Amino acid sequence: MSTAVLEGQPTAPAEVPSFTATLIIRRYDPEVDAEPYWQDFDVTMHGTDRVLDALHKIKWEQDGSLSFRRSCAHGVCGSDAMRINGRNRLACKTLLKDLDLSKPIYVEAIKGLPLEKDLIVDMDPFFESYKSIQPFLIASSKPEKERIQSVAQRARFDETTKCILCAACTSSCPVFWTDGQYFGPAAIVNAHRFIFDSRDEGAQVRLDILNDKEGVWRCRTTFNCTDACPRGIEVTKAIAEVKAAIIRGKA
Amino acid sequence: MPENSAGTLATPPSATPRIKPPRRLAGTVYRGREGMWSWVLHRITGTAIYFFLLVHILDTSLVRLNPGAYNGVIDTYKTPIMGLGELGLVIAIVYHALNGLRIIAIDFFAWGPKRQRALFIGVIVLWVILIAGFAPRQIANIILEATGHPSA
Repeated sequence: MSTAVLEGQPTAPAEVPSFTATLIIRRYDPEVDAEPYWQDFDVTMHGTDRVLDALHKIKWEQDGSLSFRRSCAHGVCGSDAMRINGRNRLACKTLLKDLDLSKPIYVEAIKGLPLEKDLIVDMDPFFESYKSIQPFLIASSKPEKERIQSVAQRARFDETTKCILCAACTSSCPVFWTDGQYFGPAAIVNAHRFIFDSRDEGAQVRLDILNDKEGVWRCRTTFNCTDACPRGIEVTKAIAEVKAAIIRGKA
Repeated sequence: MPENSAGTLATPPSATPRIKPPRRLAGTVYRGREGMWSWVLHRITGTAIYFFLLVHILDTSLVRLNPGAYNGVIDTYKTPIMGLGELGLVIAIVYHALNGLRIIAIDFFAWGPKRQRALFIGVIVLWVILIAGFAPRQIANIILEATGHPSA
């Protein structure tokens, strides 16, 4: 490598060093396996690669039967939430260089939802509880002109508009693992998004839904959801705000 | 991984294909951080305190039924094993109380969730200080009771 010169040298950039990453993936094929099992793969990767790239490489070059969900691959669609080294992460937002590569990388499906195949879980219970908090604008006036909102009113719920419904938070929650009836952090975050929206008139409806044995009171403030959220939403704080709104009796 | 060289598509052949396998969910232990472990400790100490309270209600109710039996039960609390049990009880209660205050701060104050990690460190520090004050006295008492001298 020659020393870098300031301008006009469109030479190829220094090659990104490659290394061998070992991934241990929890595999499960319901048509063949009685129980899930761990399988390891060695892949040559670069520091700029993400866990998703490693999974692609395994699927395309080593074992085409490996199953996982992914769509946009850029942290927007929320398809590829999985448990990476014991923590819920989006595979497309987890850089390999940020992980300890001297040890194998453990990849498994998110916890608490029924395992379907390899890294794919049944998301229906998750979306059922999302639907049950009525995640849509409830307003009595006709939408004839825009509903004006101040900057401060918009900022009140800005945080919870960022949710991409990847289920990383809900499936990191110890209460959700043991009690599948709990609404879960993601549903409460999306209720928060409308409860504190000044244009919405259904706050009381949602507060009544969440003021339930399986509602916000199930939250044990473990902060696993806040740590897991790939969008940096302070989930536990949002849940605490909904709790406070229920106590006050209004948003 | 020589078995996994390019081209192998099949998973290792498994003995008996089943249509409806058990949907086992267990995997690695979730690596939660301070928040999760504070909750685990809160649960453990809470359950321990609950069982103590059951016993405590039973022994205290004896005073109405049979004061003699009540004194007998209380005397057994001076044995070293019960003395260590009391130490454990105080350790559990102090943690549970302090972490309870932390959870109240998280739920009722806007700054709570953001400061939860610092609050947890505060809980642990206070817990250690309080136990460091209590444990030597209690252990001294246990030794005194065991060696027959009157307790201080």
